[in-house]
Amino acid sequence: MKENIKFVQGNEACVEGALYAGLEFFAGYPITPSTEIAELLSYRLPQKGCRFIQMEDEIASMSAIIGASLTGHKVMTATSGPGFSLMQEALGYAVMAEIPCVIVNVQRGGPSTGIPTHVSQGDVNQARWGTHGDHAIVTLTASNHQDVFAMTVEGFNIAETYRTPVILLFDEVIGHMRERLVVPVEGEIPLVQRLRTAVNEGVDYHPYLPREDGRLPMSDFGDVHRYNVTGLFHDMWGFPSDNPQVVHDLIRHLVDKINNNVNQITNFKSYYLDDAESVLISYGSSARSALHVVELLRPRGERIGLLELQTLWPFPDQLVRRTCEHAKHVIVVEMNMGQVLQEVRRVVDQPRKVFLANRIDGVFITPRDIRNIMRLVQGKGV
Amino acid sequence: MAIKDYIRERFFPHIWCPGCGHGTVMNSLLRAIESLGMSKNEIVMVSGIGCSSRISGYVDFHTLHTIHGRALAFATGVKLSRPELNLIVPMGDGDALAIGGNHFIHAARRNIDITAIVMNNRIYGMTGGQFSPLSGYGTMATTAPYSNIDHAFDTVELAIAAGATFVARSTSYHVKQLSKILRDAILHEGFSVVEVLSQCPTYFGRKNRLGSAVDMMEQYKNDTTPIGSKAKKENPDLIERGIFVQKEMPEYCVEYDKIIEKAMKGN
Repeated sequence: MKENIKFVQGNEACVEGALYAGLEFFAGYPITPSTEIAELLSYRLPQKGCRFIQMEDEIASMSAIIGASLTGHKVMTATSGPGFSLMQEALGYAVMAEIPCVIVNVQRGGPSTGIPTHVSQGDVNQARWGTHGDHAIVTLTASNHQDVFAMTVEGFNIAETYRTPVILLFDEVIGHMRERLVVPVEGEIPLVQRLRTAVNEGVDYHPYLPREDGRLPMSDFGDVHRYNVTGLFHDMWGFPSDNPQVVHDLIRHLVDKINNNVNQITNFKSYYLDDAESVLISYGSSARSALHVVELLRPRGERIGLLELQTLWPFPDQLVRRTCEHAKHVIVVEMNMGQVLQEVRRVVDQPRKVFLANRIDGVFITPRDIRNIMRLVQGKGV
Repeated sequence: MAIKDYIRERFFPHIWCPGCGHGTVMNSLLRAIESLGMSKNEIVMVSGIGCSSRISGYVDFHTLHTIHGRALAFATGVKLSRPELNLIVPMGDGDALAIGGNHFIHAARRNIDITAIVMNNRIYGMTGGQFSPLSGYGTMATTAPYSNIDHAFDTVELAIAAGATFVARSTSYHVKQLSKILRDAILHEGFSVVEVLSQCPTYFGRKNRLGSAVDMMEQYKNDTTPIGSKAKKENPDLIERGIFVQKEMPEYCVEYDKIIEKAMKGN
C-alpha cells in the first residue's frame, strides 16, 4: 500500500493519472511549465511496451496523437500557452473528425512568450474558442494533486465516451507544486474503454453514423473496415460533402453531443454552500486560496462558501445559477482579467452582485488578496 | 486484384481538372501496390490539403485526409503506434515543402518507414494558381503577376540532406518508371521520398504559356534524363530521373522497439 503514496509535482500526478487511465501513446514538444510530463512519459511509457515521441513542434505533436488515436490507442499531449496556440489547428481537426484525445495545458502567463515560469489562468477562453468555427469542447481543471489525478482519468473517460478532444487546463502552481498523491488501486476508478463497432467484415460500416444515443462506434485503422477520415464536413461514410443538410446535421451533432450532456460532464466541489451569503467561485490553484479564506472565516461566523469548478467547458450554467441564487454577493477568484467572471455574470439572475478577485502579475493569488477584495465588496473598507 | 478494386467508385467522379497529372500518379501508385500483392487492410494513406491530397478519398485503403502541411506528422503517429501498417503519404509541392516543410525534413531525419510522394505541379492549384516553393524564379502566378522572384527548392537535394534513405524522381510522362520507383519506395524500409513532376495545365501551364497537358508531358519527356546520362553531361539544365539514394539505415520504429526492450529490462 505504501508504494501507492507518492510525494510528487502536479505534472507527475497528471502522468500517474494518464497511465492509470490507460495512456498508450504520447507525442510532445518541450515547453515550460509542462515539460516534466513529457520527460516522465518518455521514461514510463516504454516500460509498459507503449510509445513516446518528441515531435518537431506542437503542431506535429497534436497531429501525431490524432494519428495514433485512429489506430485504437489512448493518446495524450502536453504543452503550455504558446504550444497550445500552435495546437489549435489540429485540435479543431480532432473536434471535426471526432478523435478521442487528451491535451494538457499547464498554463503560464501570456500573451505570446509571456512569463514562462510564473502562474496564470489566462487560457480559459482560448480552451473554449481557440480553434476556429462553431464547436463544443470539454475542459477540466483541478486544484490539488489527488484531483489532478482524478480529472486526468475523467478526461480520458470523457474523450472515449463522446469521441472528443478533452483539454486538461492546469496551471504552473499546480504543475510544479509538490504534495501527497495516493494512487488508487486498479479498478477503484472506473475506466471507459473505446466503443468499437460490432459490424462484421464485408458488411458496410458507417464510421460517422451516430447511434441513437449519439455515440459513434469506431474501427481501428489496420482492422477490417476501411474508411475515410477528414476535417471537411463529411457524410456518414466520412466522405467530404457540402450538402447543406449534411453540414447542418454534422455541426448540430458535434455541439449537441457535448451540450446535451452537461450534467454528466460537470465535475465540481462545494464547500459550505448551503447557507452561504458570500459565494466564492474558483478553480485550479486559485481555489486553494479561496478555500483557505472560507475555512478561516467560517469559524468566525461568516456565512461564506466555495464552489470549486472542475469542469470549465461546457460551462455548468445551471449549477452556477442555482448556487448563486440566494447569495448576497458572488466573488470569482481567478488569475486572469475575469474570464470565468463573465461566464458567471452571464448565467446569474443579478450580474451586478458578481465581483472579481484576481491577480494578473504572475504571482499566486493569496488569501489576503481575496480578503482585501471581500472587505471592499462587503463595504468594510480596506 | 484488378486496379479498379483499389478504387472507391462510389466517390467518383474525381475533382481533378482535365489534363491534370495527378490521376496518372494515382494510377501508377495503384499499379505498384497491385504488383506487390498488398492487402488493402495493411495500407494507410495520409494526405494533407490541396489537389494532390484528394487521392486519399478515391482509394480503398484506410484513409486520413488531414490539414494543410501536416500529413507526415499525422502519419508519424499512425506508423509509430502501429508499425506493421504501410504508410503512403501523397502531398503537393506547397503542402509538403512550404507549410509542411518542417514536418518533411524531420520525418526524413527520423528515417521513419513512410513513403512520401511529392506531386510537384509547381503551383497552388486548388486556390487558383499562386506560386509555390517549387514554381521557380521567373515564373508567373496569380500572386506573382510581375514574375516570381522566389527561388525553388530542389526536392531531391533537400530530402537527401535531411536524411531520407530512399530518394527518387520521375514524371507523369514516365509512368512505367514511376510505377517501378513507387514499388521500390514502398518496399524500402525507412523514409522514402519520390518527387513526381505532374502537370497542371489549368494554372501553371496557362499562366506560363506551356500549352496543353500533352505539350507539358512532352516537355517532361524532353527536359528530363536518366541519372548520370551522357545527355546530362552535355546539357546540365536537364532534370535527372531515377533513384538518387537507396541505403540501409536503422528505421525509427525498429529503433523504438529496442528502447521498449531496454526499458522493460530495467523494470
